[in-house]
Amino acid sequence: MTTVVVVGIVALAMINFAFKASGPAVLGDREPSERTQDVVASLSPALLAGLVVVEIAGPHWSEVDWTRIVGLAVAAVAYRRGLPDLVCILFAVVVTAGLRLLVP
Amino acid sequence: MDPAASGGWRAGIRAGIPLGLAASALAVTFGAYATLAGWPPAATILMSALVFSGSAQFAFITAVSGGAGLITGLGAGALMNLRFVPMAAAAARSLHGGRFRRALEGQAVVDGSWVLAQRPDGTTNREMMIGATLVQWPAWVLGTTVGALLVPSADLLYQFGLDVVFPAFFLLLLLEAIRSRPDHRWVALIAAGLASVAVLVVPVGVALLLSAAASLVVLRRRADPAGGMP
Repeated sequence: MTTVVVVGIVALAMINFAFKASGPAVLGDREPSERTQDVVASLSPALLAGLVVVEIAGPHWSEVDWTRIVGLAVAAVAYRRGLPDLVCILFAVVVTAGLRLLVP
Repeated sequence: MDPAASGGWRAGIRAGIPLGLAASALAVTFGAYATLAGWPPAATILMSALVFSGSAQFAFITAVSGGAGLITGLGAGALMNLRFVPMAAAAARSLHGGRFRRALEGQAVVDGSWVLAQRPDGTTNREMMIGATLVQWPAWVLGTTVGALLVPSADLLYQFGLDVVFPAFFLLLLLEAIRSRPDHRWVALIAAGLASVAVLVVPVGVALLLSAAASLVVLRRRADPAGGMP
C-alpha cells in the first residue's frame, strides 16, 4: 500500500504537470489560425455545459438528485434577475439543503 | 459583467473566492473519502498539494482502493485530466516568458480559473487565471486537511447542500458565457447532449473531453456563414 501511495502521488503529479505544461512549452506565443481561435473560444461553453451535466449526472447517471436540480434552477433564476454570483450560489445551497430537510 | 474582460491579479483573486469555497467543500469530502479508503492523512494531504485535481484524485483512489492496480489507477487519473492538454494549449499564447516559465504558468489551468479567464476572442486573461488558481490551491489543501483529520460523514455535507456549489458555479459561468456570445448556445447544447450520452459508457473525465469536442461545431458554421445553426 505504501509503495502504491507514494508512487501514485508522484506519478499522478507528474502526469498532471506534463498535461498542463506541454501546450504552453511547445506552442509558445505563436498566433493560432482564425479557425483555431474560433474553436478555442467555443471550448469554454462546451466544457462548462459538459461540467454541468456530469456534475448533475455522475458516473452512469447514478448521482441524479432532484433537490440539487431544483437548487440549480433557483440559481439560474437568481442569475436572470441580476443577483451577484455568490448570492445565486447561496440561494442554491439554501434551497437544496431546505428541500432535503423538509422532504427526507 | 464578463469577468475575463476586467481586472488583473486582484480581480482574479476576488473571482477565485467562490471557486475556492466550492473547492474546499469538495476537498473536505475528498479528504474524508481517502482516509476511509485507508490512506494515511499525511499522504492524502500531500496528494492534494502536489496533484491538485479533484477528479483525478477521486478516480485514482477509487480505482486503487477498489482493487485495481497502480497502472489502472494512474490511467483513470490521467483520463480525467486529459482535457487539460487542449485547455493549457489554448492559454499558451497568453502566458509569459520562455518555455520553462510558460510550462510553470500552465499549471494554473484548472477548470474554473480557465473558464473565468477566457475572453470572447479566445485569448486568456493570464492574471485572472493565475489569481483565481492561487485562491483555490490553498483552499483545496486546507479542505483536504480538514476532511482527512476530522473525517466528516458524506451525509453531513449532503444535508448542508454543499454538493450543489460546484455545479451552480459552473452553471452561472455557462449562462454568462452564452450571454456574452449567444451564438455559442448551440455549442453548449451539443456539448450537454454529448456529455449526457458519454457519461453512460465512459468515465466522467472522458465524457468531459468528448463534450469539449462540441466546440468543433464552429468550424461548420464558419464554412456556412449564412446558417444560424450548426
